[in-house]
Amino acid sequence: MRPFSKLLFIAFSMIFTQNYVLVQFIAICPFLGVSQNFDSCIGMSGAVIFVMTLASAVTWAIYTYIMIPLELTYLSTIIFILVIAALVQFVEIFLKKFLPPLYSALGIYLPLITTNCAVLAVTLLNISEGYTFVQSCVDGFSAGVGFGLALVIFCGVRKAVERAKPPKSWQGLPITLMAAALTSMTFMGFTGIADNLFK
Amino acid sequence: MKTSKWKIFTNGIFKENPVLILLLGCCSVLAISVTVSGALGMGAALTFVLVCSNIVVSLLRKIIPDKVRIPCFIVVIATFVTLVEMIVHAFLPALYESLGIFLSLIVVNCIVLGRAEMFASKNGVFDSLLDGLGMGIGYTIVIGGIAVIRELVGSGTLLGARIIPEGYQIGIITQTPGGFFMFGAAIALLVWALGKKGKKFDPRIGCDGCCGNCNLGCDNKEDNAKAQAVIAKEAEAK
Repeated sequence: MRPFSKLLFIAFSMIFTQNYVLVQFIAICPFLGVSQNFDSCIGMSGAVIFVMTLASAVTWAIYTYIMIPLELTYLSTIIFILVIAALVQFVEIFLKKFLPPLYSALGIYLPLITTNCAVLAVTLLNISEGYTFVQSCVDGFSAGVGFGLALVIFCGVRKAVERAKPPKSWQGLPITLMAAALTSMTFMGFTGIADNLFK
Repeated sequence: MKTSKWKIFTNGIFKENPVLILLLGCCSVLAISVTVSGALGMGAALTFVLVCSNIVVSLLRKIIPDKVRIPCFIVVIATFVTLVEMIVHAFLPALYESLGIFLSLIVVNCIVLGRAEMFASKNGVFDSLLDGLGMGIGYTIVIGGIAVIRELVGSGTLLGARIIPEGYQIGIITQTPGGFFMFGAAIALLVWALGKKGKKFDPRIGCDGCCGNCNLGCDNKEDNAKAQAVIAKEAEAK
């Protein structure tokens, strides 16, 4: 595969065929929690895309230039979660000081992201897939876009579900999960496209 | 005295089951409940991490400053997760393969962090141990139960042994939509069963303790109101 089409392949599969939320079951809590309100969907997705891209870049550099030479690769889980936590704090402070408009848009979602499983997952998967620096960044960015896409689509689905009247014991979360099942079924339609599209 | 210890232990299994009642850590329940063996392995791994982190957090609860408690908890949890990862990788390579990324993701599992925040940081060592054990068993029962149905209906096997002949499976149950469906059905069943007994249970993604300081944009209206009050205060301070 040529380098550029490899990048396209990563982006496409992260957004559609390997979508974190709807195919791989990563980051379900924010998916079910935030998707009630369209504005918070957009804010959360923006913050996730931003932090995931940054975290991918930073953890890749730390892994390659610090952890491999010092043979600390077995500590990747601990180090990555600490790096992500510190990074989120740093980004919050930086945005507050230098980019107030961006901070007011994303600020309240940033603290939630530290323990968002998707961010830790993307950094760990970058390493286990053996991606290069650029590939890791693309992977982080497109995984975030995939998360946002799932969130926005599901927000719309949920609006319709709220108007429905299911049997009593299905009200609330059970029927929401059912809607999530149907939404994820639509994403199954993408299976296999990526392999044939970017040969 | 004895009954209260027993109560703490069973609390996690029935009354405050982490998955079905507190609705924490749903990611791994949905993803791993495809095979029974994987589910039991995940349950054991999570129980081990939960018990150990509860003990250590409880021991350190007077030393850890309140402001940096979440990062401290995460470090403790991550240490034990790394330990489990190494043990599973060395002795159970097949389980390591089937759990994949979700073994590492125990670090950010809301159950572990939630129990550290809600219980272990406020209670004694032995109580925290019991709480961790009860919560872990409660988690294992739910994920195991869902896995039995998903494996039986989806692939026609149970712990790898064929029960339903080939060609009569509903394959979609083992895939992503089936996971959402089974979890939704399990909660609906619980609501129905509790309703029959005259108890009311309104399932919502709760946020106390979940996801560290996740207190905005969640289903729980009280938490939302609290979060909005905090934001309003911050805006005033500016």
